[in-house]
Amino acid sequence: MREVAIVGAGMTPFGELWESSLRDLFVDAALAALRDAGADRLDGIYVGNMSGGQFVGQEHVGPLMADHLGMRGVPSTRVESACASGGAALRAAFFEVASGASDLVLASGVEKMNDGADVTAVLASAADQEGEVYHGVTFPGLYALIARAHMATHGTTLEDLAAVSVKNHAHGALNPKAQFRQKVTVEQVMGSSMVADPLRLLHCSPVSDGAAAVLLCPLSRAREFTERPVKIRASGMATSAMALADRKDPAWLDAVNLAATRAYEMARLGPQDIHVAEVHDCFAIAELCVLEALCFTERGRAGEATRAGVTSLGGRIPINTSGGLKSKGHPVGATGIAQAIEIVEQLRGEAGERQVKGAAVGLTQNMGGSGASSVVHILERV
Amino acid sequence: MAGIVGYGAFIPRNRIKSEEIARQWGKDPTAIRRGLLLEEKSVPGIDEDTITISVEAGRYALERAGIDPRLVGALYIGSESHPYAVKPSGTVVAEALGLGTDLHVADFEFACKAGTEAMFVALNVVESGRAKFAMGIGADTSQGAPNDALEFSASAGGAAYVFGKDHLLVDVVETYSYTTDTPDFWRREGEFYPRHGGRFTGEPAYFKHVTSATRAILEKTGLKPGDFRYAVFHMPNGKFPLAAGKELGFRKEQLETGWIVNTMGNTYSGSSPTGLAAVLDVAAPDDLILITSFGSGAGSDSFVLRATALLPERRGRAPTVRSMLDGRRHYLTYGEYAKYREKIIVND
Repeated sequence: MREVAIVGAGMTPFGELWESSLRDLFVDAALAALRDAGADRLDGIYVGNMSGGQFVGQEHVGPLMADHLGMRGVPSTRVESACASGGAALRAAFFEVASGASDLVLASGVEKMNDGADVTAVLASAADQEGEVYHGVTFPGLYALIARAHMATHGTTLEDLAAVSVKNHAHGALNPKAQFRQKVTVEQVMGSSMVADPLRLLHCSPVSDGAAAVLLCPLSRAREFTERPVKIRASGMATSAMALADRKDPAWLDAVNLAATRAYEMARLGPQDIHVAEVHDCFAIAELCVLEALCFTERGRAGEATRAGVTSLGGRIPINTSGGLKSKGHPVGATGIAQAIEIVEQLRGEAGERQVKGAAVGLTQNMGGSGASSVVHILERV
Repeated sequence: MAGIVGYGAFIPRNRIKSEEIARQWGKDPTAIRRGLLLEEKSVPGIDEDTITISVEAGRYALERAGIDPRLVGALYIGSESHPYAVKPSGTVVAEALGLGTDLHVADFEFACKAGTEAMFVALNVVESGRAKFAMGIGADTSQGAPNDALEFSASAGGAAYVFGKDHLLVDVVETYSYTTDTPDFWRREGEFYPRHGGRFTGEPAYFKHVTSATRAILEKTGLKPGDFRYAVFHMPNGKFPLAAGKELGFRKEQLETGWIVNTMGNTYSGSSPTGLAAVLDVAAPDDLILITSFGSGAGSDSFVLRATALLPERRGRAPTVRSMLDGRRHYLTYGEYAKYREKIIVND
């Protein structure tokens, strides 16, 4: 396999973007990525998109996006793995370039969630319809069950959960692309409206519109496009039982652990080698479970580590310097690519006030459903 | 320019508290009070509707105008709860007010701005010379679906304005209307409750239209927010008008007199007209007053008004808005409220 680099990145702001349609969002992000690299042609496009069909009635987004980007004729495929669609699109683009089949491939993600759809119901279609949704459960409900299991097994507290939101909002306040650029306090989090006990509003990522895109090429050609390429050291993906009830331990995200193990092996690196990471904090409890599954902390100790500032900017391993899904926003199909962009900015040293000093190796972890699919990428400065 | 020669408002006596509604649906009342700034709202009695509210407000307006009702040549009523889908509210109101038969009548609908729309047309009919006096009314028994956020605000009430050319209580200095196709809130034929686009009703709908109309009328008149003694913005909840006012550069003291939503609720077409009536109840001669309505769909009407020396003399002829908000009230349980609002289906 050839070595692969990210040579361009572009994204829209995340938020309630009433003036932009699904295609507008994609084109804005894709053009920004092409301009960033100074590229004017593509060999292939992957579009991560969870549910254009249900959110805005638009399927077949691959050719639609190629068309409106001015790239008619270019192969373009929509990739879906629920909220991990962006990560899965990046993985598909990575392997296409690594295989030698294509040189210039755009990995992108887009979601238009604010257009009148019943968002909770659309998202719930990524859970097990027959085993879970039939009984009335929603994603806040499933993650509330995970939170309760984590609290019961490991003694995780409501304060631990609140600490995740406080940290991610503090980081997001520094990110001009973030949907919510304000800090919140533990008291505000714990006093916010109850969504699904014990998860409150400020434990939950918002409903967002947005798009993100990165341009991949063989590392050997990267200098044609940028002074600061970022190498993709590894891509790992795994799946787990679709239904939460079918997992041995609901507080342990085995797909995340397996995807990470594969990525660490491919990169010949371990969790101790990672300087900065973007992880899938769709709910505060998810970040805690993910930190444990990525082996950044011992099992059951992520809450304590978060409260101790280990995962804050300036801590041992800053997590979600972008603000994470919680503060930056979570246009589901775009999230996996936006995570990669944050790490690219960190490794290029372009993260401004959010910069992690000396960051040379970073990780992204993207997750679908209640953790039935997960994609992990390890990126490195070259 | 023509102006207002009489005004009157009416708010039913029944109330329901936000706590009572929140309790019914297992919601946190403090979050409602803090988030929407709503304490209680008016509720129409079992025999009250847009027509009866219009008649009450119209009577008070005629009393303040002190004119022969038969000289009113046009009557326009804006509402989104006209009791009949086909058959005007205006004919019943005109008959009850004794406006005679030499009269042009129309019912208007433009979501929550139908009231200022009726006022705008009445003003223009007088200005054109087609009628000596014309009345514009905004009144509603607003609908909000059970367990919808709207249920905390949708209330009942209205205000009536008589326009003429002489003996003005209030000069109309300028008007401006701003309209776009923005589907933020609607109720289709045959549906009982309106639907809305959630947060889409905020920034791209309410705020865009209210601020655009207000900025345009300020530019048209060369006035600045600081020139006004009072400003009234449509009140879908407690928070929006205060936020819009702040964004436009108005101070809290300019807004609080007309900001009656916290105990009245949102009377839809009656909202900003009743807020204006509360301002006219206290305004001093030469005070400049701004009112900007908002109707979903969407549009805003702005008026710049100036109180005359006649206003303090005339306003004592009819009850004030505050007397109706703070006076005798009858508090309902959710069960009584559900019965009064016909939320309980019974056989004939």
